[in-house]
Amino acid sequence: MLAQLTRKIGFKLIVVVGMTTIITIGIFAYINIRTQRQNLLAEVERHAMQLSETVRNSTRYDMLLNQRERIHIIINDIGTDPSIDEVRVLNKEGKIIYSSRKDNIGRMVDKQAESCYACHAADRPLERLSISQRTRVFRIHPDSARALGIISPIYTQRSCWDADCHAHSQQQQVLGVLDVTLSLADADERIQTSAIQIGIFALSAILAASLIIAFFVNKWVNRPVGALLDATKQVGAGNLSYTVPDLGKDDIGMLAHSFNTMTMKLSEARMQLFQSDKMASLGRLAAGVAHEINNPLTGVLTYASFLLKRTQNTPELQDDLKVVVRETVRCREIVKSLLDFARQSIPKKNPSDMNEIIDRSIAVVEHQVSIKGVKIAKILEPNLPRITVDPNQMQQVFVNLIVNAADAIDQEGGTVTVSTKLIQLPPQGIAQIRSACCPRGHNLMTSDFKIDGLPSISVKARTGGTEGFMMFDPVYGRNRNHFDLEVKNPAEVEILCPECNLSLFEEQALCKVCGSRLVSFVVPSHGEFEVCVKKDCGFQRWIAVDSVGTKEYVELSVSDTGVGIAKENLSKIFEPFFTTKGQKGTGLGLAVIWGIIDNHDGTIGVESELGVGTTFKIRLPFQR
Amino acid sequence: MSRPTDILVIDDEQVVREGLCRVCEAGGLTIEAVGDAATGLRMLRAGNYKLVVCDVMLPELDGFQVLKTMKEEGITTPLIMITGCSTMQNAVNALKEGAIDFIPKPFTVDELESGIRRGLELQKLVSATAGSQPGSQPVHARPCPADAHRLGGLSWVRLEQNGIGLVGVTDLFSKTISAVSELKFFDLDSDLVQAAPCATITTEDALVHSILSPLSGKIVERNEKLSSHPELIRQDPYAAGWLYRIVPVTVAYELNNLIPCTQVF
Repeated sequence: MLAQLTRKIGFKLIVVVGMTTIITIGIFAYINIRTQRQNLLAEVERHAMQLSETVRNSTRYDMLLNQRERIHIIINDIGTDPSIDEVRVLNKEGKIIYSSRKDNIGRMVDKQAESCYACHAADRPLERLSISQRTRVFRIHPDSARALGIISPIYTQRSCWDADCHAHSQQQQVLGVLDVTLSLADADERIQTSAIQIGIFALSAILAASLIIAFFVNKWVNRPVGALLDATKQVGAGNLSYTVPDLGKDDIGMLAHSFNTMTMKLSEARMQLFQSDKMASLGRLAAGVAHEINNPLTGVLTYASFLLKRTQNTPELQDDLKVVVRETVRCREIVKSLLDFARQSIPKKNPSDMNEIIDRSIAVVEHQVSIKGVKIAKILEPNLPRITVDPNQMQQVFVNLIVNAADAIDQEGGTVTVSTKLIQLPPQGIAQIRSACCPRGHNLMTSDFKIDGLPSISVKARTGGTEGFMMFDPVYGRNRNHFDLEVKNPAEVEILCPECNLSLFEEQALCKVCGSRLVSFVVPSHGEFEVCVKKDCGFQRWIAVDSVGTKEYVELSVSDTGVGIAKENLSKIFEPFFTTKGQKGTGLGLAVIWGIIDNHDGTIGVESELGVGTTFKIRLPFQR
Repeated sequence: MSRPTDILVIDDEQVVREGLCRVCEAGGLTIEAVGDAATGLRMLRAGNYKLVVCDVMLPELDGFQVLKTMKEEGITTPLIMITGCSTMQNAVNALKEGAIDFIPKPFTVDELESGIRRGLELQKLVSATAGSQPGSQPVHARPCPADAHRLGGLSWVRLEQNGIGLVGVTDLFSKTISAVSELKFFDLDSDLVQAAPCATITTEDALVHSILSPLSGKIVERNEKLSSHPELIRQDPYAAGWLYRIVPVTVAYELNNLIPCTQVF
């Protein structure tokens, strides 16, 4: 767990910043407290000093006059102040002659005592001392409050040894010592309170700073980095349609944005490679097979036709051999058309003017069509923007469509109308899902079951002990789904990827209309496509396409006033090898056209009414 | 000089070599067969052959490289290209690069025979009118009209005003076949593919020749006169002996595969 935590960059940041905060605030608090204490002490010292001076000055006159009683009274009065512990005067022998504590009067103080040490440590007592040397901090009793004592020597003056009482001789420098002891209880208490206050403040500051830092680091580092990490893991697993959500406008946001761009480009490149790879390998396979088959077929055909020639005089043999020759020739034709079909070339696309292409196509067929008495009408949108197409293939498409249209008119005086138009369409009912996979990347599209001629999205469904398949309409919003099994209760069904059995249900959201679960498909490069699992609900959501909104298309149509196509054939006409022309048609034309349009990401549809006419509509998307 | 061998076959498939030998020998022709291009070229240089039948897909050097080497070295033996990869692209390339015919595999005995006969006839024409300069192609047939394009030396197409293509056979082709007894058209409205058969001619020597179309397109008109007077093809291949009018499909692209008739045979 710890090891996991230490891997997170956010955690390390929080720890480092937290430690720094603790150390700086801690040092600051400590220095603060110490300074305060020293200041306070210095204050008390000063106070004590001042007090000493005051006592000395106020008792000097009375000492000169040797008014001992008066001195006692003064010292007593001064000593009543609660903060003054003791005021005493010691004579040069060390005897306490005056004191605010009556009990101490007359006691001897040992010269070796700690309070006397400063001056009497040397053999001869020192004459002058600094204030700090005369100050001592001590405890009167081990468990009482601290006290500050200051010793002020009373130096002699002329008036002292000149006085009538002859108490002091002229040689004495120091007459005695004034010892003032102040209680530090008050000060100590103040320091204590202050220290606690500072301590609390420091702790709160540390806590607040840590929380704030943790919050912002989480918001600006952990979550975006986590999201990016998830994204890289997804992409690494092969899910190239995963997009990182918007992470803001700072550099991590930019990183997310360029990450998305990168995966999109990667995905496009992969699809292109896929496509051309598929086409190339299909082409190679077809060519290889054809070549392989053609050689042995040569053997068969050569010898069979040789035998046919040699047995010209034996009719029974001739008949049988004719069959062999005929069928081998048929093999040849099949292989050839297979080769041609597989060889659908990768289109060479450039921006082209569709109106021009249509004009050229019409020019090519005009003569032939007019022979039949059919007129060609043009309704072309002026200023049609250029779109990127393979002009040769497009011409092939239109020549074929126009000729087919003319063929469908079996009486004199019909019209084939070719028109171009610029339209805007919302994605619903138009946008087609050409590729869908499960989150692990398995392909879900199938051509085994087509909905309106388009490959559908097929998933496995399991409910109440039975298993079946559900085929979803690949056109967004059209919902012509086909369910293989009956889903009595949408809450009890499991929807799974047919290959890896991964559940395809969307975890984060429910159907906005009926509240059932949503089936979610990954559409490479285009986010996710969600469909409600309830059969007739019809709710679908495809955010990537919705956010683009209406798209512009160039719509090209070829319509005729011909015999029309029967309803039951309408869905089949784009299938390869489907023909209504009997032996004549090869049935390949519309299938090739469908392939060309599909290759251009466009759609082709047909509307027809028997006896009235048919219209083919091609829609090609474009971007300005 | 030793008697020339009629045919040299270069193909890496044993069944093809054997089949060809069987058919040709039964037809009274002398034939030799080898399995790769290097040997074939060596034999061409050393020996004397009237016709080469060569496969495209050969180990190491392919059929196109054989054509190129022959051209470079001035070997004028006519070459018929055969191949299992019977794509349109292969066919037009072969004819453009100088093969006199393209017979896709699998072929019937008739198809093979008519090709070989035409090839041998051509060889006779070439040697008859051979100039003293080696490597030059003497003109031994009437060239087609200057504004037309030809598919190898077989057929030509001329684009008329409205984009319609007029199709016919070359004089060279007609000289390699004997008297025409019958011409079989393809149907109107049917689709032609460039370098694929578009009509068959039966000649008096019971050979059936396929005419390869110079362009892909739809047949819109046929020269019905040829049904009753097929000889027109040999008499006036460029005017009265035209075959079809077609609506070409991808003219721009396919013209690149043809030889402009300003270039002599």
